[in-house]
Amino acid sequence: MARVAVTVPASAKRGEIIEIKTLAQHTMETGFRRTQTGELVPRDIITEFVCRYNGVEIFRAELRQAMAANPLIAFTTVATESGTLEFTWTGDNGYLANQKAEIKVV
Amino acid sequence: MRAAALLLAAFCACIQAGEIPLAERRSGYEFMSRESRAMQDDETTNPALFSLMDGEALWNRKEGERSCASCHGDAAQSMKGVAARYPAVAHGKPINLEQRINACRTEQQRAPAFAYESKELVALTTYVARQSRGMPIAVEATDATRPQIEAGRALYQRRQGQLNLSCSQCHDDNWGRLLAGSPIPQAHPTGYPIYRLEWQGMGSLERRLRNCMIGTRAEPYAYGSLEMVQLELYLMWRARGMKLETPAVRP
Repeated sequence: MARVAVTVPASAKRGEIIEIKTLAQHTMETGFRRTQTGELVPRDIITEFVCRYNGVEIFRAELRQAMAANPLIAFTTVATESGTLEFTWTGDNGYLANQKAEIKVV
Repeated sequence: MRAAALLLAAFCACIQAGEIPLAERRSGYEFMSRESRAMQDDETTNPALFSLMDGEALWNRKEGERSCASCHGDAAQSMKGVAARYPAVAHGKPINLEQRINACRTEQQRAPAFAYESKELVALTTYVARQSRGMPIAVEATDATRPQIEAGRALYQRRQGQLNLSCSQCHDDNWGRLLAGSPIPQAHPTGYPIYRLEWQGMGSLERRLRNCMIGTRAEPYAYGSLEMVQLELYLMWRARGMKLETPAVRP
């Protein structure tokens, strides 16, 4: 099972800069490694991460083989209105993970 | 007679010389970079988080006849302080936390034992050990544990491998100095199971010990072997009173 975790402040002042931290459970197998018998271990990585704030894309990242396992992505945004932050991770072999977080802007 | 006693005292002082005084002991945490420390301290970014979640799910899942929770209830209550007392000695043999969990599985739950270093065993151990985070390590030298601790100490001080090195030569005599650019810690097992950045994942103290043995080009002891658990017991006794950090992050 693909586990993900996000940390978003529960509430913020309008116009405040907030930090969002996300962590996704994934081996991030590069596709460059070989087994002891010499066979190539196929690539299995997260390729894309997107964050939407009330439906509007505010952050996107493309991930490559050089990323560590269980990638931690932290970024900031401006708290504009109350609503929902939606996080989507997609990757090789049909990997798809979603998470939502509510924020109250006062 | 007096001369013999003096000689014995001098000999004892000599073999004790390498040991780190209790007050000078430092956790591996203190040798880490600021970034790695921050990763461990922030529970939302500590990558061991997922292993903890897996462990919690396993705690509550019925395996065989019952779940861990069927007998032990809330782990936050029942498992508090348990990891700080392991390895323990039962029936004259040292037993570590992983082995205790597997014994519970086969004897009480009537479920198959987990393989050493399997994702499940590491996750469940992490979850149990997490309940003792912040508590002082409480492995004591008693009549039952003393012979096992002494055996572990002998293994710790024994030179082995093609490089002919003992654990003690690096971790007692040369801690704080650099080995291939990385600081040598004092080898206190304060945060196991750990998330090791080099592994890109979780692992037990035995896995870490095997890494060191391979590093000295020695043949590593097998998982769960008597030597391995004696070594673990000695190391935990050596770290007695230090705070448990599970799940720790290490480079």
